Amino acid sequence: MSGSTIIFYMLAALTLVSGVLAVSTRQIFRAAIFLLFSLIGVAGLYFWMQYEFIAAVQIVVYVGGITVLIIFSIFLTQQAGEKMPKQKMGRQMFSALAAFCGFALVMTQVFQHTFTGTDRQPLEQDVANIGTQMLSVNGGGYALPFEVVSMLLLAALVGCIVIAIPSNSPKAGELKSTKLKNESV
Amino acid sequence: MMQPGLYHILFISALLFFIGVYGFFTRRNLITILMSVELILNSVNLNFIAFNKYLWADKSDGLFFTIFIIAIAAAEAAVAIAIIINLYRSHHSIEVESAEEMKY
Repeated sequence: MSGSTIIFYMLAALTLVSGVLAVSTRQIFRAAIFLLFSLIGVAGLYFWMQYEFIAAVQIVVYVGGITVLIIFSIFLTQQAGEKMPKQKMGRQMFSALAAFCGFALVMTQVFQHTFTGTDRQPLEQDVANIGTQMLSVNGGGYALPFEVVSMLLLAALVGCIVIAIPSNSPKAGELKSTKLKNESV
Repeated sequence: MMQPGLYHILFISALLFFIGVYGFFTRRNLITILMSVELILNSVNLNFIAFNKYLWADKSDGLFFTIFIIAIAAAEAAVAIAIIINLYRSHHSIEVESAEEMKY
């Protein structure tokens, strides 16, 4: 057994064990921290597959961004340290059964199928190639989805601000109406 | 043990997906439901990267799908948290049972 195999199984165990703990612990702050470790494990798997750019994006966006956002929202909406109420045993059993049945179905399908890949020369996945292909407008380029995603991010940004403005205070309502006016212009 | 390959990655990502589904079914708090959705999205990303590496290594389509999914997931998480904070402001609770005005 080589070192690479050992590292793979360690990363897989980290991802799955902290994933299970993230959905089963009753303290919400601990759930967020276990989610953080699970996301780090997934980033490690990307490193193991030698997709360094995706691993870096995963760490920057998920580990550094979304988890911090979730922890902030926990602090804003919860009494930290308080345990969540216990779920009904029947609901837990039924959910575990449903999840296990789905997993068994997917796995039987996957193991029955033989995947046939290409045997052409592998492309080197370095940042220069990724950047060139992402901004290319020729065949196989991703310039249009890139622009669409940038519009989506702008819309999400404006939407977040509009949703989170408190609507009962007159000053905020004024702000909201001016924002809407600006948008219509 | 064998050398890990495509099937190992698919096993891990399917397991991660159904861990997220289990959390989505059992949790009653909106933030923990959001965490389960993040786990599901991560398992999908892992699948795309594994298929790109082991089957179509001469292209990088799976890599671009993963990049766009990460961007959309970040936008989705931000909007969801804005909605959750607004809900907390009006209901003083983020349990799913407390938000049922649109239920009937």
